[in-house]
Amino acid sequence: MKASTTSAGKCEVSFTINGEPKTVFVYPMERLLDVLRGQLTLTGAKEGCGEGECGSCSVLMDSVLVNSCLVPVLQASGTKIITIEGLAEDSRLHPLQTAFLDCGGAQCGICTPGMILAASHLLHKRPEPTLDDIREALSGNLCRCTGYMQIFDAVMQAARHRTAT
Amino acid sequence: MESTDLREYHSVGMSVPRKEGRDKVTGAARYVDDISMPGIVYGATVRSKVARGRIKSIRFGNEVAWDEFVIVTAKDIPGKNHVALIADDQPCLAENIVNHPEEPILLLAHPDRHALPKAVEAVSIEYDPLPAIHSIEESERCSEIIWGSDNTFKTFLIEKGDVDAIWNNADYIVEAEYFTGAQEQLYIENNGIIAAVDAGLGITVWGSLQCPYYVHKALMTLCALPEDKVRVVQTETGGAFGGKEEYPSMIAGHAALLAIKSGHPVKIVYDRLEDMTATTKRHPSRTRHRTAVSKDGKILGGEIEFTIDGGAYTTLSPVVLSRGTIHAGGPYYWPAVRIRGKAVATNAPPNGAFRGFGAPQSLFAMERHMDRIARVLGLSPVEIRRRNFLQPEQTTTTEQTIKEEINLNHLLDRALELSGYESKRARFAIENESAGSKKGMGIAAFLHGAGFTGSGERYLGSVVGIEAHADGRVRVLVSSAEFGQGTNTVLCQIAAETLGLPYEDIEIAQPDTREVPNSGPTVASRTAMIVGKLVQSAAVGLKQTLSGCALLGDTYTRAQFSTACGKYAAARGPLKSYARYESPSGIFWDDEKYRGEAYSAFAWAVYVAEVEVDLTTYSVSVKDFVALQEIGKVLHPVLATGQIAGGVAQAIGFALYEKVNQQNGRMQNGQMTNYIMPTSVDLPPIRVFFEEIGSAHGAYGAKGIGELPMDGPAPAIVNAVEDATSIPFNSIPLLPEDVFEAMTARLEPGNAAIPLAGAR
Repeated sequence: MKASTTSAGKCEVSFTINGEPKTVFVYPMERLLDVLRGQLTLTGAKEGCGEGECGSCSVLMDSVLVNSCLVPVLQASGTKIITIEGLAEDSRLHPLQTAFLDCGGAQCGICTPGMILAASHLLHKRPEPTLDDIREALSGNLCRCTGYMQIFDAVMQAARHRTAT
Repeated sequence: MESTDLREYHSVGMSVPRKEGRDKVTGAARYVDDISMPGIVYGATVRSKVARGRIKSIRFGNEVAWDEFVIVTAKDIPGKNHVALIADDQPCLAENIVNHPEEPILLLAHPDRHALPKAVEAVSIEYDPLPAIHSIEESERCSEIIWGSDNTFKTFLIEKGDVDAIWNNADYIVEAEYFTGAQEQLYIENNGIIAAVDAGLGITVWGSLQCPYYVHKALMTLCALPEDKVRVVQTETGGAFGGKEEYPSMIAGHAALLAIKSGHPVKIVYDRLEDMTATTKRHPSRTRHRTAVSKDGKILGGEIEFTIDGGAYTTLSPVVLSRGTIHAGGPYYWPAVRIRGKAVATNAPPNGAFRGFGAPQSLFAMERHMDRIARVLGLSPVEIRRRNFLQPEQTTTTEQTIKEEINLNHLLDRALELSGYESKRARFAIENESAGSKKGMGIAAFLHGAGFTGSGERYLGSVVGIEAHADGRVRVLVSSAEFGQGTNTVLCQIAAETLGLPYEDIEIAQPDTREVPNSGPTVASRTAMIVGKLVQSAAVGLKQTLSGCALLGDTYTRAQFSTACGKYAAARGPLKSYARYESPSGIFWDDEKYRGEAYSAFAWAVYVAEVEVDLTTYSVSVKDFVALQEIGKVLHPVLATGQIAGGVAQAIGFALYEKVNQQNGRMQNGQMTNYIMPTSVDLPPIRVFFEEIGSAHGAYGAKGIGELPMDGPAPAIVNAVEDATSIPFNSIPLLPEDVFEAMTARLEPGNAAIPLAGAR
């Protein structure tokens, strides 16, 4: 068995991922999620629903939280993308990652990368969020394990840590 | 490691870091779809579009280059064409007849996963349709026989005391019928499996699954391979909730068949629509209660009929039915009771395991019924429960004597206090008169048995291993899977505590049937309690081996343990210790009469819900939720709290949001856009509290907790809705349209109130 291979219709798209410039050769309408997970082997972004409901594929594109399953890769051209793999600095966990570990914010872990990126997006905009801010900011990221309570705790803890340092 | 390190190490009862937590928060954890292999190709499934019919023809449309594909049909199956589980009635690929929509018929593989959807569409199958059945009632009527001789997969009968004698002494007889709907597990990671074939080694599958040895057995049967030629490895699993108990055996079979025929590793990962429409759901149920009650509020006895819709094949329905039937009487004392359980066939995809496993269904009915009895008698929901709670030394419906130190009145009192039940209820009764919304409080009291039912654990005979390396590091060997609930962490804590070592010194093996013994399936709230206890025994065995060789004293330091392991390894090779389950003495269970010790321990709980019913939108929102439970020793407070809060959230979905819309047996809303689960803005504060009374049957006194929180929230919420609206809703999910219909029907003049109950 073999597939017919053709590069017709493909183009080069360049962007910065987790601080590194990258150029990929892709169909312009490929989903950013597939390019991340495939060519770039950044499998931290997950596909949960493929229609922008669950938020498991969330990444930050020019500091905006997007569902990468709904972004055609061409739209990412020239942007700065942060995925979960780019959050820890020099193997030191980001305060949100530590807080998720401490508070039980990650159970099965499949929503965790998207959830942490959504939380980091919130803390960037609003360093001292209220509980309602957190609920609102995470409402596009579904978690079936935790009932969200320990995720709220984690975001609160990370916010306190940020304010303290 | 300093030899002067005389510290004592403890980890049980402490919230140590989750073993695989770091990988999960950094994105490094590898789930099945994150794994690739050289030469990998992708598999897809062609499924039935009809509920029941005879396959007439299969045509391959000429818009697809079929020579690029590998095609597998039932004829390619080397062994037996069924998914080995309880009965052998479910084919892996339908051959002549299909019995439900989405039944697998044919498999395709291609190197480009994006080429598959079009190819699946290009296969057209013609059917001779057969009449189909789509409800419990139709199935019972037997106008069409779709399974066996009477559409019945299984029945159970529990009989205690002389039920026929109670009715004449009853001051009241309260009768009602209750319904629960199907529910999707909705793990965020869809099902997925990779299979690869090696001429010498046989078949290996990697996947998202709960029960490696179930898949192992199913593949041996399907592929006609001996035990050592099938290997099953569980990859990081993104949620399961029972939904990855039996169906992975089907997908693994499909991936294996494609791998055998293509010679390539094959990956099958479902998308959300396929996962939701084709795989298992919680069984829809109907429960009928007829209860004799004295005027002072004591249950004299009753009859309960518990019926579940199993879908088209047996799968796990008999076991789900068993648990639901045993839990149907709730945490109450029944002097006499007759409980009939029945699982029937319909032409829908088989329903299956889902957290709670039958108990949430029958307990919904029981706890709604208690409120109904209270209303009929003019007692409060609190008082009716208080007067009927099981006491130590009383017997359950299966005549199991309660030997635990339970105090359900204490649990109830504490839950009432934590929730402010009485004061809020009094306040709402006044405020509801004039407000634009109505508020109410509801209680549910319940129990959940841990481990397999009756003789189940004895039949399983689970084995656990523990090995020590030469450098003193210890590894736990179990087939028990981690899928979020904390298996890895809790079992390592138990090993660490038993060996007196730091938690960091203990690792747990990836579940791989080539590496680990069969510690049983990861189901039935059995892991912490039953498997944990075996880990404890194996760890004790490990210590005894070292001390038996005079390498270790009764007390020792971390360094001395490490030295002892090194010496043992040098002299005798790898150090491993195994423990096998033995049923506790004095346990009696009669499989025929369904009588005796159903579970070695129960967890007990009282939950309180506060709800608000909006009179403009008719939506019900939960404003506060108190979950108080007695679960034996809490091994890890953060994980245990997370289990309960997550279960409560899932059960709020079961009660108020999650409706599976089926048409002709096919789910119509198989997407996250139209099947609605609770989001972060939908949930109340879920306040979790524990009472700890150690159980002799679990590791360090632990009892099972995984399923417990699924049982109570739905009845507590609907009880609260009745408290707010005075309407006795008897069916879930309770959606705004249901509330609207009932409330507006009431407001129209001339409409009688919904009848409450047959009282006499």
